[in-house]
Amino acid sequence: MMTCREMVEFLTDYTNGELPSEQLRIFEEHLDYCPPCIDYLDSYRTTVRLGREVCHDPDGPPPGDAPSELIEAILIARRVEVSGSR
Amino acid sequence: MTTTNAVRDAREEAEFVGRLRAGDDGAYETLVGEQVGRMLAVARRILGNEEDAHDVVQDAFLSAFRAIDRFEGGSRLSTWLHRIVVNAALMKIRTRKRRPETSIEDLLPTFLEDGHQELSPVEWKKTAHEVLESRETRAMVRGLIDELPELYRNVLILRDIEDMDTKETAELLEVTPNAVKIRLHRARIALRTLLDPHMREGTGE
Repeated sequence: MMTCREMVEFLTDYTNGELPSEQLRIFEEHLDYCPPCIDYLDSYRTTVRLGREVCHDPDGPPPGDAPSELIEAILIARRVEVSGSR
Repeated sequence: MTTTNAVRDAREEAEFVGRLRAGDDGAYETLVGEQVGRMLAVARRILGNEEDAHDVVQDAFLSAFRAIDRFEGGSRLSTWLHRIVVNAALMKIRTRKRRPETSIEDLLPTFLEDGHQELSPVEWKKTAHEVLESRETRAMVRGLIDELPELYRNVLILRDIEDMDTKETAELLEVTPNAVKIRLHRARIALRTLLDPHMREGTGE
């Protein structure tokens, strides 16, 4: 029998599909009789999704779109460094 | 300006590095033009703030220019630059935080002797979709990620946001793959704890 504590410990392995089959069986068995753990698992999955997607801004500039001012600033900064060391 | 994705073979790359080492201005312009877009995309994802992203990319290029003599050619230039910009971005987050760092232990669930959670989990009424739809709630989640203790935050960023695998993450952070796995797990659990008060109620309740 798995405790809620163990369920939490195995969460990442479970969602990665990396739990060995015996542990997977006990893990799923635990979920059968522990609704709070089902809520926890769902919230964990939501958390992972949010972590992954929140940083991809749909309203932002297209990825890889670099303003020419930035490029200029980088090249100027380099020239300053180079001339300073001469 | 569009960036070209020139793929040089090993010999061309070695030649190109030679030109960079010799201080060839044209080579530097080419390098910046090729790499700036990708580096900026990385910095934007990690930092979520255009100004910070620009600063970090500029710093990353300057670090690279200064360190070009130490570039060993064991990996490609683009991989090397990618590492530099990732490290610079992670460092930038560190300087942004004003509050003292919370201990990871304080963000993990506590358990009773019988193995149950001390605070019984409650169903989240809000969905990921709702949160992702609003600029404000997206910014709120980013803020929570920033609040994670640094060692755990960095792994979450590299694994879940930058999609780097365990091995690459371990190499970049100079820790073992096992440490990466443990920290990722704890980082996600900690983030869940931080999200919990915001997600319990649905929108409009």
